[in-house]
Amino acid sequence: MNKILALIEMSGGEMCSTTPGLLAAAARLGTPVAVVAVAPGGGTGLVAELGSLGAEHVYLAESDQVGKLLVGPQLEALSAAMTALQPVAVVVANSAEGRDVAARLAARTRAGLIVDAVDVRSEGERIVATHSVFGGAYAVESTVEGAPAIVTVRQGAIEERANAATPAVTTVTVSADPAHSAVIESVSARDAGSDRPELRGAARVVSGGRGLGSRESFVLVEQLADALGAAVGASRAAVDAGYVAQTSQVGQTGITVSPQLYVALGISGAIQHRAGMQTAKTIVAINTDADAPIFDVADFGVVGDVFTVVPQLIEAIKARASR
Amino acid sequence: MKIAVLVKQVPDTDEERRLDPASGLLDRLAGENVADEINERALEVALSHKDSHKGTEVVVISLGPESVTKALRKVLSMGADSAVHVLDEALAGADAGRTAVVLAAAVKQAGVDLVVAGNESTDGRGGVVPAMVAEQLGLPHLSFLDAVEISAGSVTGERGTDSGSMVVSAPLPAVISVTERSAEARFPNFRGIMMAKRKPLSVVSLADLGMDPDFAGMGRSVVVTTSARPLRTAGKKIVDEGNAGTRLAEFLVAEQLV
Ligand SMILES: Cc1cc2nc3c(=O)[nH]c(=O)nc-3n(C[C@H](O)[C@H](O)[C@H](O)COP(=O)(O)OP(=O)(O)OC[C@H]3O[C@@H](n4cnc5c(N)ncnc54)[C@H](O)[C@@H]3O)c2cc1C
Repeated sequence: MNKILALIEMSGGEMCSTTPGLLAAAARLGTPVAVVAVAPGGGTGLVAELGSLGAEHVYLAESDQVGKLLVGPQLEALSAAMTALQPVAVVVANSAEGRDVAARLAARTRAGLIVDAVDVRSEGERIVATHSVFGGAYAVESTVEGAPAIVTVRQGAIEERANAATPAVTTVTVSADPAHSAVIESVSARDAGSDRPELRGAARVVSGGRGLGSRESFVLVEQLADALGAAVGASRAAVDAGYVAQTSQVGQTGITVSPQLYVALGISGAIQHRAGMQTAKTIVAINTDADAPIFDVADFGVVGDVFTVVPQLIEAIKARASR
Repeated sequence: MKIAVLVKQVPDTDEERRLDPASGLLDRLAGENVADEINERALEVALSHKDSHKGTEVVVISLGPESVTKALRKVLSMGADSAVHVLDEALAGADAGRTAVVLAAAVKQAGVDLVVAGNESTDGRGGVVPAMVAEQLGLPHLSFLDAVEISAGSVTGERGTDSGSMVVSAPLPAVISVTERSAEARFPNFRGIMMAKRKPLSVVSLADLGMDPDFAGMGRSVVVTTSARPLRTAGKKIVDEGNAGTRLAEFLVAEQLV
């Protein structure tokens, strides 16, 4: 059957959360081959887990440059696997690292590149990807002329899981040309923070905007998020004002979310914000301005002050939970 | 030092953007076209280096239709020294791969020490062109930088990762791509606008770059279908009369969301 390579990204010694979705995407298109760049001897512990997630073949590319050079080792790993296995497609997460690797691989091999697929399928000989464009205003299907296809898959978009397999294992050594690679000088981990759900892929999101007025008052957004078991999001204005970290930004240039419930607090609903949340199933907005554009997309809008409405809402949710 | 800034013309995000349902390509006539905001920030990274390092030269490079001239005049008025516009009918609907080989050829012709690009455009949101340009040129690439420091022989930057952040560096020549955290773009002043009219803006074709308009042997992505999703409509809107929090809770209960 047709081989499909899936680049497995590692972070702090662990496989990234994108792994199961990528292997499922690969399994849909053919025989999944997991390709991982690891430090010498570092891959043996991964094989069983990759098999349980559907990899029929694990291609371990060992390099002492892993963690030292940006992108280079992962690129050489995929490049070597491509030459050895002649896949019909390569799937990679649409993360920063994934996009860098996919882009360089496509440029190097002159293969067609499909970016930010939210769905993939094979249709006869070709691979068809679906994209959600302009904040979900359009669904676009694309394919690649000339094989193979290199596809980056939006994180969290593919929820199914592949059947477990017992993988064959290949181990090779790769080396990137240091002259073409950036050097990783240092890495710092984010504070472990809270046990709130991750924003990307969250089923519920409570976002706050400039209307919260200060970093201190932004706590109200977190309190409602906790009462609902939701992730915390924000508008760019709230991020720019320093109320919350940039990793919480929802919108055109932030994260795209598509939750069951999206609550917008003190957010006007600029077109660039809506581009990141308008595919939510249910949208709720609280804003003092009855004409705020956020109400045009809200299923339930409250014209009111977040500082009076939200505490009452939290009380009502808590009262119900303790019944 | 000579710095190239890659600029893309995109539909203004303040307006509704459209795709042509037949071709799946951008409907460029639907709204105002502007230099992408992220490229103005990329330009700012270059200009602030120029401000503190006399003798720095900044060239902006763009690939696109005739209308790109307007975006290029804008960035010239902000302070870039010259502009290169790659214009060729064979490039209509060019995908990221074709765009990148052409930009790489233009960068090569300009002969620069550093290429600065935005991390991703607001229309395609691909975020792959800078890395493809770097690969074509055989250069290191520092991507998704929130902060940049340029020195005589190297460039260093900080980038966010899924689990935190990292500091990365590369010797020059190199390609970098920056995020919207990297810099706040300046506004063109009157003098800048007047001067921009006299700054060199050269229009080059694929032949001028010595390139094959058929891109023989190169795979590419093509659009198969395009469909517009139905627009959302406004639902219920209430004005708080002291009990809106409770009523909202009732709505969430009715929708089985709590
Ligand atoms: C290229 C580009 C990309 C962009 N990308 C993004 C993006 O990714 N995400 C994003 O969010 N924006 C983005 N923006 C910015 C966007 O245009 C808006 O500026 C931003 O979304 C506004 O944020 P806001 O709604 O919090 O602030 P404002 O527009 O200032 O709105 C604040 C709202 O709070 C309300 N309010 C004030 N006090 C209260 C109160 N006590 N109770 C209830 N309501 C109150 C006000 O009525 C107002 O509607 C982008 C812009 C550009 C040009």
